[in-house]
Amino acid sequence: MSDHNASTTPSRPRHQLQFGVFFQGVNSSTVWNVPEAGSQTDFESFRRLAQTAEQGLFAAFFLGEGLRLREHLGHLHDLDVVGRPDAQTMLAALAQVTTKIGLVATQNTTYNDPADLAHRLHSLDLISGGRAAWNIVTTDNAWTGANFRRGGYLDHADRYTHAEAFVRTAKRIWASWGAKAIAADGTAPQWLDTDGIEPVHHEGQHYTVDYTSRLPRSPQGRPVLFQAGDSPTGRDFAARQADVIFSAHNALDDALAFRRDITERTVRAGRPAGAVKIMPGTEFVLAPTVREAQEKLEWVRSHQVGPQQAIAYLEQFWGRPLDGVDPEGPLPEIAPAVDETDVTRGSGFQGAKAAELTGAWRREAAEKGQNILQFVRERSSRGAARTFSGSYAEVADRLAEYARLGAVDGFNITPWLIPSGLDDIVNHLVPALQDRGVYPTEYAGDTLREHLGLDWPEGEGSDAGAADGTGDSCAAIGTRAAHRDHDTGRPALPATT
Amino acid sequence: MTRSTRFTNNTPPRGGRGILALEVDGDGAHPAAWRVTGRDPAEVLTGPRTVRVVQDAEIAGFHAVTFDDGRLAPTHGPAARLDAVQRAAHAAPATRAIGLVPVVDAVYTEPFHVATQLASLDYVSSGRAGWIVSARGLAKEGSAVGRDALPEAELGGEAADVVAANRRLWDTWEDDAVIRDRCTGRYIDRDKVHYADVQAKRFSVKGPSIIPRPLQGQLPVWAPTQFLDRSGVGDGLRLDAVHGADAVLVSAADPEALLSAATARSAGGLDADTVVAELTVVLDARGQSGAARWAELEAWEAATGGPALFAGTATELTDYLAELFTVAGGVRIHPAVLDVDAAELGHLVLPELRRAGLLAPVGPGRTFRQTLGLARPASRFATA
Repeated sequence: MSDHNASTTPSRPRHQLQFGVFFQGVNSSTVWNVPEAGSQTDFESFRRLAQTAEQGLFAAFFLGEGLRLREHLGHLHDLDVVGRPDAQTMLAALAQVTTKIGLVATQNTTYNDPADLAHRLHSLDLISGGRAAWNIVTTDNAWTGANFRRGGYLDHADRYTHAEAFVRTAKRIWASWGAKAIAADGTAPQWLDTDGIEPVHHEGQHYTVDYTSRLPRSPQGRPVLFQAGDSPTGRDFAARQADVIFSAHNALDDALAFRRDITERTVRAGRPAGAVKIMPGTEFVLAPTVREAQEKLEWVRSHQVGPQQAIAYLEQFWGRPLDGVDPEGPLPEIAPAVDETDVTRGSGFQGAKAAELTGAWRREAAEKGQNILQFVRERSSRGAARTFSGSYAEVADRLAEYARLGAVDGFNITPWLIPSGLDDIVNHLVPALQDRGVYPTEYAGDTLREHLGLDWPEGEGSDAGAADGTGDSCAAIGTRAAHRDHDTGRPALPATT
Repeated sequence: MTRSTRFTNNTPPRGGRGILALEVDGDGAHPAAWRVTGRDPAEVLTGPRTVRVVQDAEIAGFHAVTFDDGRLAPTHGPAARLDAVQRAAHAAPATRAIGLVPVVDAVYTEPFHVATQLASLDYVSSGRAGWIVSARGLAKEGSAVGRDALPEAELGGEAADVVAANRRLWDTWEDDAVIRDRCTGRYIDRDKVHYADVQAKRFSVKGPSIIPRPLQGQLPVWAPTQFLDRSGVGDGLRLDAVHGADAVLVSAADPEALLSAATARSAGGLDADTVVAELTVVLDARGQSGAARWAELEAWEAATGGPALFAGTATELTDYLAELFTVAGGVRIHPAVLDVDAAELGHLVLPELRRAGLLAPVGPGRTFRQTLGLARPASRFATA
């Protein structure tokens, strides 16, 4: 079915970069203590950010998922942005005020039911005209499970086995309906021709699913799949199942090494080398000149991490209150009260070996001559590699090098200010990248799959994950449903592509 | 929206004036409705169609739209539908006044997810969200998510537990929990965010909610009468603004019986505003009588079950609704053919009812609670 590939992948220069925006809603990356910092829950903040991103031809708008409010030393953590909406509900609303941008919901495989989550993502994909994506995450801790019927049932070691069975089940559900399943007009024998729509049955260690899909294929075949796990198991999972990796590797050498690793794993999984796109998470602090950008970066860091946040950051690893410790003094000499940090401040803090870590940090801070504030500001931004800071032209040149070397397929940007944090990127960086020929000048199509240059998903209707042999199994409906191509069931593409 | 206006509560009473909700699922209440629209049958599964029917209902002056849903595909008529919460959310930015009320299952869902989804709907709609609780407990629904059927006798109890859990979660953030205090570096006042600690028969939820308190404080909750606590021993939902439902959906076999059923509830000492009567409507339109239109639809496929059917002229329906409003504060209308019957209602019935002063006011800037005449409750955890 090479005609599918040809028509969903318009010709485009190799190694153009795509941008996504990640409305974080948690952690210290968002500056909230200045007048221009907007609401984290009002629809207006989300609308503004998504529409700005769309003006900048961003491929995707990301939302995280929160399943339990973070805690700090046994209390609710109160020093960072907290409180966020359900991703899919928000994205269904944003689908109404945008027309092109992809809508990515982070959803976990442990505290959702496969049939239920697959249906809701499928619904989001249809209501948005083929713009939905699922950022797959795995969570296994009982602390999060305390909010759910099942409680904490999954062992850490089993999380990817479970996630993979979940994703394969979802793919089968999304591919269930054949072409011409829905009546062409009111004279048909019935609304739905159920011939060929097979129930999906899955029996796993933790779930039994017996379900018949309730929706036709979307204009992009199925939701695009993002994945962020970085362990070897996580990378292999992505190589087998995902379309895009939301990675943590954005320093150039690191990005190139990660690309090579993922390419190898992808080929080993029997997929084409470029089947899995890579978009590292990043932050931009930009200004007209290098000097202004440096000043701005200092300002951003000082507002992301204040004295209270710095002390609380250390307390998490020390496992005890550090009352009276001077944030402008050296790291405390007292010993940590825990062996290993727990998950209650979020997965980024989980499982650190406290004694080793705090000792190494004391040495590092002393060597660099850093006080607590300086040390934590550098740590919590995860080093300069996570942030591109500089003049528009300078950063555009650096990004062009990523594009030239094919190190990444794009970047997923966390703005440090809501809702205006993309304005300078869209107004200045995007045109600079376009001038360098490494950023799109128009959307490649109407679906997220088209923006990302991903192929139409083939042969996912069977459990084996191989071609299902049913031939033309691609039914779809879209906003231009009247123009459906009834031979393939796929929406007719505009003549201009 | 500033803090001071968001939480004001100057809800005028409805003064006996009625609420009209329009059910907008599929192409209409009759299973053959999709055959007579002249549109692509698959269009019901698109965003633009979803928005258009809600905008039309808003322009017509309905107080709310409801979005039917179920965990199994309908066996009659369009055998597919988009998720009800998503349909409501998608219509929210394109509308300004109308209440958005999805049907959401209580049995095979996670109470924590449902509470977050509904609270989020309230945010994207500027406080216009509501919830119709459903609970069927069918074996086929359960097997989709690896769970068992729930006996009919236990549905009311489970629905009551899930509604109570939702309401408790919605209160876990006090209204002024987000403080953004620069001096102390605190984004929230953690003393104003509370664990829910729900311990129900079949589930527990620790909390707090992941999202701050809904704009309305609490979403209006409607539930079918069969989930009500009949024996008074706690085996079902109560009409209770803190733990239970705000109104019950009353069904009957025909319009006369519907009047009697609603009258019986009012006679039992209940406020008529807590009764929402369910009515299927097929009106004279396009030169055909309502009865003839219904017969034509029935020739394709017979409708089974469903709310009481009113077939007649717009004037007859106006008179009937005027009488019904004396014993039921709200009516949920299931139009036989959505495009046709909702238009007739909008042109001929709603203007007459409004002229007669029988409809509650509706317009931009009101929350759904305000439209319903419900005060905004303080969080149960608020101490001040």
